[in-house]
Amino acid sequence: MKTIDDKGIPHTSPRQSATFSNDINSDIRRAAATGIYDIRGGGAKRKVPSFDDLLFLGASISRYPLEGYREKCDTNVTIGGLHAKNPIELDIPITIAGMSFGALSGPAKEALGRGASAAGTSTTTGDGGMTPEERGHSSKLVYQYLPSRYGMNPNDLRKADAIEIVVGQGAKPGGGGMLLGQKISDRVAEMRNLPKGIDQRSACRHPDWTGPDDLEIKILELREITGWKVPIYVKVAGARPYYDVTLAVKAGADAIVLDGMQGGTAATQDVFIEHVGQPTLAIVRPAVQALQDLGMHRKIQLILSGGIRSGADVAKAMALGADAVAIGTAALIALGDNDPRWEAEYNELGTTTGAYDDWHEGRDPAGITTQDPELMKRFDPIEGGRRLKNYLKVMTLEAQTIARACGKNHLHNLEPEDLVALTMEAAAMAKVPLAGTDWYPGKSGF
Amino acid sequence: MQKIDLQDTGLRDLNATLHAQADNTNQTAWEIENPKGAHAIACGLDAPIEVTVRGSTGYYCAGMNQQATVNIKGSAGPGVAENMMSGKVVIDGDASQYAGATGHGGLLVIKGNASSRCGISMKGINIVVHGNIGHMSAFMAQSGNLVVCGDAGDALGDSCYEARLFVRGEVKSLGADCEKKEMRPEHIALLKELLAEAECDAKPEEFTRYGSARNLYNFDVDNAAAY
Repeated sequence: MKTIDDKGIPHTSPRQSATFSNDINSDIRRAAATGIYDIRGGGAKRKVPSFDDLLFLGASISRYPLEGYREKCDTNVTIGGLHAKNPIELDIPITIAGMSFGALSGPAKEALGRGASAAGTSTTTGDGGMTPEERGHSSKLVYQYLPSRYGMNPNDLRKADAIEIVVGQGAKPGGGGMLLGQKISDRVAEMRNLPKGIDQRSACRHPDWTGPDDLEIKILELREITGWKVPIYVKVAGARPYYDVTLAVKAGADAIVLDGMQGGTAATQDVFIEHVGQPTLAIVRPAVQALQDLGMHRKIQLILSGGIRSGADVAKAMALGADAVAIGTAALIALGDNDPRWEAEYNELGTTTGAYDDWHEGRDPAGITTQDPELMKRFDPIEGGRRLKNYLKVMTLEAQTIARACGKNHLHNLEPEDLVALTMEAAAMAKVPLAGTDWYPGKSGF
Repeated sequence: MQKIDLQDTGLRDLNATLHAQADNTNQTAWEIENPKGAHAIACGLDAPIEVTVRGSTGYYCAGMNQQATVNIKGSAGPGVAENMMSGKVVIDGDASQYAGATGHGGLLVIKGNASSRCGISMKGINIVVHGNIGHMSAFMAQSGNLVVCGDAGDALGDSCYEARLFVRGEVKSLGADCEKKEMRPEHIALLKELLAEAECDAKPEEFTRYGSARNLYNFDVDNAAAY
């Protein structure tokens, strides 16, 4: 590139537009060429205020720590003890979020069950129903009750250890789903009672109830059918957490699953993922506040999801008042999704390791988000389960390390006072002081 | 005949008693008195028993029914026989919204009228309505048969899949991707069977069949205006 003209006058350096960046321009060119919006999997990729913007203070003279590897720091959690005869007892507060058979292969679902069970936690079905492999390999299985009711039947409902009524998910609050025809194998089609090869739309609203008053009756029906034995969770997206949690409690939920915008989906419009919903960091305190205002904090459990990746994230979620977390995308990565070993094949698909998100196309080189029999063979559910167990154990050890450093003998004893924020935004959202101050935006006196 | 009076017995005890009936129970006939619009009556049944409800019911009566026959001697609230798997539910009066929603099997007979969204997302159930049905009925209906002896409201069969819709009277409007279809001999035979089972004396030849035009089965941007 010439930097100077023939008369010796320097050129102005080429300047890329922040507004019309190369990424944005490629979106425009793709839209112009196809006439259709971009569909992808995963959660929000944009940078949002997150748990990375929080730090733990640790112990000092005013608080003393617990000895690592010597003094106990418990991690167990009971979910659904308020109404259910058989609440769920978990060894660790990290659960596996709902992901469908259809979006994921049968062996991938099996691996999630194997890994979760080995680590002492629960896994969750998804749109499309419960598979025998998943039930068989999951010691504690949460059955999602979704608007589409694909594969929904009372026999499976009664086999579940808990029922999760899905109202929304963080990647697409207010949106339904679409499983494109190329992933509709014979088995997926049979489970969903639809022809093979057609796009399967998942509704955004439940077909037989609308609003919180109806939800209360729906919960009553599900309890009657299952003999009041199992907990009923209600899953909501991080849209209006204070009001949604309040209404879910009013409707009789035993636990609330709250999903921020970093939470993944099998497939939806990119514009939906990136522009609807709130970051996980922003939704936890209003949800906890709602439970506290109703006198239900720690009685009705709050399970937070959306971009949870490490024991530090777990500890921060719990310090802000969550009882447990759920992981989805992180679990897939632990299984082998977006692994560098498949880089050449990602390149063939026009992407690269870490960026592969066309899960809906069913061509996953790692054999996880596919129904292609040849690709599925690449994935070993026993090895996948082992990897997930290891990952869950590491996350738990990390969270315990932090909790002990804060002087806590149970992860539930972590509290907002253990945290500071690195940014004004994070301070405002988490309602913890900006580091080096005793203030956060919105706090009275300023 | 076993009788349970909901004025004296709570809903939990009622349903627990009905759920406790085994496949080979001798106590096959049950009568429920004073339902007074209670919700979730006789939901989740899974035995070949016959339950008669003397009065009107609230939401989700006979929800997720398997094997049982439930007779409602009154009208039914929203979501009657929702997600029914098998068996038979007969309503002497009218049914509110979402009757037979997502049902997989069995027969739902409504001798009066059904409100909106009758047969929404139905997945194999047969529904026979002696009267009229409301708007958005058979929305996203996947499979099974919806038979309407009266008229249908707006947007019948919107975005339906392989369900068959038979209407004897007028259809106010058809929903997206729903079209009139040819009545072939097998449809006449099917209707004859369903109408007989539903104790309806309408003639199969009087019905028009509707179903999916299958134009929206795979996403095409040129169809975007249809949604």
